[in-house]
Amino acid sequence: MTRRAVFRSIAVIGALLLGTALGAPAALAQGQKVLKFIPQADLRILDPITTTAYITRNHGYMIYDTLFAIDAKFQVQPQMVDKYEMSKDQLTYTFTLRDGLKFHDGQPVRSNDCIASIERWAKRDALGQKLAEVTQGWKAVDDKTFTLTLKRPFPLALEALAKPSSNVPFIMPERIAKTDASTNITEAIGSGPFKFVKEEWVPGSKVVYVKNTDYVPRKEPPSWAAGGKVVKVDRVEWIYIPDSATAAAALNAGEVDWWEQMPPDLIPLLAKNKSVKVENIDPLGSMGLLRFNFLYPPFNNVKMRQALLYVIDQSDYVLGIAGSMKNGRTCYSYFTCGTPLSSEVGAAPMKGKRDFEKAKELIKESGYKGEKIVIIDATDQPIVHSQSLLTGETLRKLGLNVEVQAGDWGTLITRRSSKEPIDKGGWSIFHTWLVGPDLTNPAVNFAIRGSGDKAWFGWPTDAKLEELRDAWFAATDPASSKKAADAVQARAFEFVPYIPTAQFILPTAYRTNLSGVIIAPMTLMWNVEKH
Amino acid sequence: MIAYVIRRLLSTVVVMAVVAFVVFSLLYLTPGDPAAVIAGDIATDEDIHRIHERLGLDDPFVVQFGRWVAALAHGDLGTSIFTNLPVTQLIGQRIEPTVSLTLCTLVVSIAVALPLGVLASAKAGTWLDRAVMAFSVLGFSVPVFVLAYILILTFSVQLDWLPVQGYRNFRDGAWEWLRHLILPSIALGTVYVALITRITRASMLEVLAQDYVRTAQAKGLAPGEVLISHALKNAAIPVMTIIGIGVALLISGAIVTETVFALPGIGRLTVDAILRRDYPIIQGVTLIFSAVYVLVNLAVDLSYALFDPRIRY
Amino acid sequence: MATALPATPIVAGKSVSPTWRRFRDAFRRHPMALVGGAILAGMIAVAVLAPWLATIDPEAVSPIKRLRPPSAAYWFGTDMLGRDVYSRVVYGARVSLIVGLAVALVSTLLGMAIGLVTGYIRWLDAIVMRVMDGLMSIPSVLLAIALMALTKASVGNVIAAITLAEVPRVVRLVRSLVLTLREQTYVEAAIAAGTTLPRILARHILPNIVAPLLVQGTYVCGSAMITEAILSFIGAGTPPNIPSWGNIMAEGRSLFQIAGYLILFPGLCLSLTVLAVNLLGDGMRDALDPRLARRM
Repeated sequence: MTRRAVFRSIAVIGALLLGTALGAPAALAQGQKVLKFIPQADLRILDPITTTAYITRNHGYMIYDTLFAIDAKFQVQPQMVDKYEMSKDQLTYTFTLRDGLKFHDGQPVRSNDCIASIERWAKRDALGQKLAEVTQGWKAVDDKTFTLTLKRPFPLALEALAKPSSNVPFIMPERIAKTDASTNITEAIGSGPFKFVKEEWVPGSKVVYVKNTDYVPRKEPPSWAAGGKVVKVDRVEWIYIPDSATAAAALNAGEVDWWEQMPPDLIPLLAKNKSVKVENIDPLGSMGLLRFNFLYPPFNNVKMRQALLYVIDQSDYVLGIAGSMKNGRTCYSYFTCGTPLSSEVGAAPMKGKRDFEKAKELIKESGYKGEKIVIIDATDQPIVHSQSLLTGETLRKLGLNVEVQAGDWGTLITRRSSKEPIDKGGWSIFHTWLVGPDLTNPAVNFAIRGSGDKAWFGWPTDAKLEELRDAWFAATDPASSKKAADAVQARAFEFVPYIPTAQFILPTAYRTNLSGVIIAPMTLMWNVEKH
Repeated sequence: MIAYVIRRLLSTVVVMAVVAFVVFSLLYLTPGDPAAVIAGDIATDEDIHRIHERLGLDDPFVVQFGRWVAALAHGDLGTSIFTNLPVTQLIGQRIEPTVSLTLCTLVVSIAVALPLGVLASAKAGTWLDRAVMAFSVLGFSVPVFVLAYILILTFSVQLDWLPVQGYRNFRDGAWEWLRHLILPSIALGTVYVALITRITRASMLEVLAQDYVRTAQAKGLAPGEVLISHALKNAAIPVMTIIGIGVALLISGAIVTETVFALPGIGRLTVDAILRRDYPIIQGVTLIFSAVYVLVNLAVDLSYALFDPRIRY
Repeated sequence: MATALPATPIVAGKSVSPTWRRFRDAFRRHPMALVGGAILAGMIAVAVLAPWLATIDPEAVSPIKRLRPPSAAYWFGTDMLGRDVYSRVVYGARVSLIVGLAVALVSTLLGMAIGLVTGYIRWLDAIVMRVMDGLMSIPSVLLAIALMALTKASVGNVIAAITLAEVPRVVRLVRSLVLTLREQTYVEAAIAAGTTLPRILARHILPNIVAPLLVQGTYVCGSAMITEAILSFIGAGTPPNIPSWGNIMAEGRSLFQIAGYLILFPGLCLSLTVLAVNLLGDGMRDALDPRLARRM
């Protein structure tokens, strides 16, 4: 083979390799406003109904719209709905859609689309399931009007349709909503203020949205997910940067405009930069929690769980997660502090000076025989990781036989679904966190359920908790609702379905040439302007 | 020559078959379950079982392996479990940054290391030689990500000469493309430079002691000419070998580099896939890596013929 | 991760075994190798004496004292959970050194065993080498990550994973050495004289491969330590509550710009130790082959 032939073949191979690069970049028109955003995670799953992942929920808010929405005053406001009324017997609701609502494929939004979407959502979501239980049926009167008939009055019906966080009852085209509720949808067509640009999606790296010029926003000012969704930029790019040091540097350099959630420790890095602003736009924050496995010793024994209430020091967890008391606070409640139903009823064991003696007493009473305690950890999630290490150390101080097993978030999610005993890959404790809106009341708080097999990972069984929860649903006015919620919490501190570890707010950071960032517990991108 | 190439390609296929089998078996044995991750937080056992059925995860090993190989024969690397996009598309989207990074690193490293190695061999024993050797040992010892952070801190944050992160497509502008690759190439290439410098130097020294070199010098050829046209060509073979073997090094290092500099390349794709148990991606990428490695080494072997006319295939 | 040099040439016709004098001469010519050896010995001492050198329990968390810069009380500062970085680095020496040395030892022994066998048994050679080629064509870090993802995070599993990635190179080296040695006249003579295989191996083959293997071993040691750090960086390494230099750096990486000491101190120790090991390897390599030693 001659030299020339060799070089030629090398050139051909090289060209082939380069030629396989796909993805022609969109040619940007002159003066196009592009908003570059660093999201909290990588968008992998496009279906906001099959997963509760917050990143997918945020994606949902970009391209979908909802019938109702909660505003900053915790009131239900209509969004896609124009008029609505409830019958005198509270059993029938009639909804009429606004004019001009269209899906991104050009089809108008009809009643059947809404009904199919809600029905799919109700199969997965806890509050939706409750609604489905009392639902007699949905009926489309015409393309813009439909009714919901109940078997008995359900005061939370509108609140359910306005649910702000996972899972959100987004409205999709009927054909997509007819997908089985356990199968991920693959098309991202909605009627929301942004359109998803599928050709430019690079999973693990970039998600692109463009302004939906056909969207008809409401007239009211925006308030959480309610009010008018006026988009003031032409294009949004979500650029996922896994390394937070790199993300901070990118924001400082102006290569991105907005960083969704930044570790509070890095605030000093951005503080020196006059063009960057760090703000707490999330009024409710998130709550860390320590979850037990109720199937096996030692935490199948209530005294063991109660023992931990006396030694877990929330201020340690706040510092460990949020870095300082500026971005977090203690919250001795099963309902998000700062919301109407939150209180400190029953929280005495968690407050005040830590009592290791009392804990040791309870442990003895429980008859602990030295069983191994496995804490499954996710080292790639700092919030989970700090909690695991703190709990591990605390249990060690108590003299318990504890092991922190490291893995990543993917492993943790897999392992926590295992009902096997410890020696077969099971677990005793895992930590996670939930956003404020997911913990505001007994309806949305799925971690407080005592429904055994049907409950969240850990599978606690407590008939009393379920009873008190049902009682709360029956409460009709704010006063009795609060009383019922207090009763639920009191029982929770007795039974200990999980331990709330801290409340924290992850600040957001954006360049000062952005304005109109909405203060809400979810990340919303309308109303944001880039100057 | 053709016969040799064909023989090598056949053995390549065997090697890749081994790789494919090993990779597939490893994943089959893994305790992690993508179904649980897909099903989400409030999944029931029923949901997980249903996903297993849909993905065929409950079928026996041989059936799954057979199914995969059959798809492979059609050029179908499968579909990612999480994004439902074909693996070939995912790889295609991300191949450009990795190839760019690797090529840049290769070019920069060889361009720096060869002259350094030759220089050191020419001035063997002097302070220059010792300095080069010291630098090369240092290059081996500092981990890529530590070096990467030092570079970012110095050149991006303090001096603001180069961008911190990200990748710009080549077709969007060659200059920006290059600017974003400079720091990553330096970070990744340092080990490579250290390696090549040492080999070049050692190999050159070996050759320079040969009789025919002394003859060339005695004949009155300029030292430069002796170095380049006689010595270097003969010293080339071990150097080419190292370049070939070093490709695996590059791929390993690329993972860390891509993570720190946020380059949307295959390295990061693979790590994410491994940690999430996205089997089809892991299998597809591993096959491609192996293919690249083997092909590069084939090219290296063939290049020997260029440098050493005595070698006839 | 770093590769070995190509096999060093064996001086023809003579059975060369390293003698103390050769090593001593080489080291005198290369003081840096001595420095390397001294540093390594120092690190090993630190690792062994860790319980006495550390000032605080390395796993004791104290969030109220988080992220304090180096001071008289905390020589290397504290990390994001208030743990003392100095004590963690001191204990970290144990893991990094154990991983490095264990991988070097196991991969050398295993590689030697496999290489000797394949050098002699033809049909086994073909199969084994294809498998080795296959393993080598999977980038070592990826292989290690994949193996770690399969198993629980532990020091033992990390050692196993990295060993698997390093063994093929050792096998290649041993095999090529064995193949060369087999052709030597004195070996042929020994075979003709009827010497049994084990005796040939012990008398003629082994002494000649020990030295190159030793050199290769040091490079593997350094490479393994860096690979462990990378594994921890990715999140697939030793369990986080056991401090290792790689671990400490991984946990502190997002805070690098405001608490650089979290990466600086373990990074320095790691780089220093790997440097020491590499210098040692260089010194031994020079001692091994007199021709190269003379020229350098």
